[in-house]
Amino acid sequence: MAMLEIKDIEVYYGMIQAIKGISFEVNEGEVIALIGANGAGKTTILHTITGLLSPKKGSVIFEGKDITKVPAHKIVSLGMAHVPEGRRVFAELTVYENLRMGAYTRKDKDEIAGTLEMVYKRFPRLKERKNQLAGTLSGGEQQMLAMGRALMSHPKIIVMDEPSMGLSPILVNEIFDIIQEVSAGGTTVLLVEQNAKKALSIADRAYVLETGKIVLDGDAKELMNDDSIKKAYLGE
Amino acid sequence: MSFISYLINGISLGSVYAIIALGYTMVYGIAKMLNFAHGDVIMIGAYVVMTAIAGAGMPPLLAVLLAVIFCTVLGVVIESVAYRPLLNAASSLAVLITAIGVSYLLQNVALLIFGANTKSFSSVVPVPALALAGGALTISGETIVTIASCIVIMIGLTLFIKKSKAGQAMLAVSEDKGAAQLMGINVNGTIALTFAIGSALAAVAGVLLCSAYPSLTPYTGAMPGIKAFVAAVFGGIGSIPGALIGGILLGVIEIFGKAYISSQMADAIVFGVLIIVLIVKPTGILGKNIQEKV
Repeated sequence: MAMLEIKDIEVYYGMIQAIKGISFEVNEGEVIALIGANGAGKTTILHTITGLLSPKKGSVIFEGKDITKVPAHKIVSLGMAHVPEGRRVFAELTVYENLRMGAYTRKDKDEIAGTLEMVYKRFPRLKERKNQLAGTLSGGEQQMLAMGRALMSHPKIIVMDEPSMGLSPILVNEIFDIIQEVSAGGTTVLLVEQNAKKALSIADRAYVLETGKIVLDGDAKELMNDDSIKKAYLGE
Repeated sequence: MSFISYLINGISLGSVYAIIALGYTMVYGIAKMLNFAHGDVIMIGAYVVMTAIAGAGMPPLLAVLLAVIFCTVLGVVIESVAYRPLLNAASSLAVLITAIGVSYLLQNVALLIFGANTKSFSSVVPVPALALAGGALTISGETIVTIASCIVIMIGLTLFIKKSKAGQAMLAVSEDKGAAQLMGINVNGTIALTFAIGSALAAVAGVLLCSAYPSLTPYTGAMPGIKAFVAAVFGGIGSIPGALIGGILLGVIEIFGKAYISSQMADAIVFGVLIIVLIVKPTGILGKNIQEKV
C-alpha cells in the first residue's frame, strides 16, 4: 500500500479549475518529484495534500486514512510536514524560536531536544545563528531554516515546494544534497520543482504536470532521457 | 507642583488608553481587523461591575472578576458569531462595517437594559490617596491603582507572548497564518484567544476608567475606545510597546491640552498630534516598515 495516495482530485479557485483530475502515489522511502512549468498546478496539489486547500472532488489518503477533510493544522501531527514555497519562515522570531514552532505539536521535551540537536548537526549554520531573527538570514539560510523547521516535527513524509527557488547554483546543490540526506535518513520526500534537471537527478520517480493534468510519469532516470522532457524542461 | 500633578493625571489616563489600545493592537496584529466594538466592551464591563455591586451586593473585587469573565466570554462570542464568518470575505470592509454594527448593538442593548440616564459609578479602588510634599501634591488611590495595573498588565502580557507556547503561536499567526497552520497551530483558536485577552483587558480598563471618572452611560466606552484606537495607531498598530507609548503620550497630551491650552480644544489637540505623527511617520512611533525579502 502506498504511503500517500492522491485519488482523482479536482481543485478550483473560484470558477477556475486549477487541477483537472490528478492521481498519483508516493511509497514509503521514495523521493518523488512533481515537475512542470509555472502555473501547472504543483503548489496547488501540495496545498491540497496538507489541507490548506480543499478539493472539489477526489481524496487524499495518508497511511490508509482519508485526510481530505482534515484541517491544515491537524496534518503535521499525523507525520506530514510541509516546507512552503517562498520559505515563509517567521521573520520576527529567532532561528531557535522558528525551530521550536516546527515542534509545536510535540510534547516530549527530551525528544524535541534530540531532534533539535539533529537539525543543528545537519544545518551547522542554523546553530551559529540560533539567536538571530529569521528575517535577517540570507535566502539560502532561510531555506535551510524552513527545512529544519519541518524536520522538527519528526515527519514520516516531508513535502517541499520549490526549495531551489531564488538560490545561487552552489546553494541549490547544497540544498539538494541535504534533501538526499533527509531521504537517506528514512524520511519520504515529495518534491515540487521547476528545476526539473536537479529534481530528476535525485528522485526515484517523477510526475510531469501541464495545466492541471499529469501528462507523463515514470522512473526519474528514464524521464531524464525522454526527448519531450529534454526539449520542454531540461533545455537540451 | 501643578505641572507634576497634571503629568501624573496624564499618565494615569494614558494608562487606561494603553490597556484599551492593547485590545485593538493585538486583534489587529493577529486577525488583521479593526474591532470597533472594543470600546463598548469597556462600557459593558463597567455596567456589570455596577450591577454586581449595587444590585447583588457583591464585594468589589469579586464584581471586577465577574466583569472580566463576562467580557472575556462576550469577546469570544462576538468574534465567533460576527467576525469569523467574514474573515475570508472578499473585502476587509465587510468586517469593519460589522464591527461598527456590533458597537451600536452593544450600546443599544445597554440602553434598553439600563436606560439613557447617567448612572453614578462608585469607585472600586480601596487604596487611599497619597499626599506628597507636605500635602502640596495628592495622588488619588485610583491613579495609583491605574498606573500599577498598566505596568503589571504590560509586563505580564510581554512575558506571556515571549515565553508561553500560546504566545509564540500568536506571533506566528500574526506573521503568516498559512505557515502557522502548517506548524499545527489552530489559527481560529488563536484568534479567539486574542479576543478573549483583549476583552478581559477592556473590562479592567472599564473599571479603572469609571473609578476615576465616576459616571456611566451606554456611550461611556465610545470616546475612550476611539482615543485608544488613536493611541494604538500613534504607537504603531500591531505593536504592544507601541500601545503603551501611544496610550501614555495621548493621555499626557490630552491632560496638558486641557490644563494649559483649552479644555474644549483638548480632543482637537489630541487628534491634531496624531495627524502630524502620521504625516511624519505613517506607521506610527514603533510601527515597522514592511519589507519583503525575495
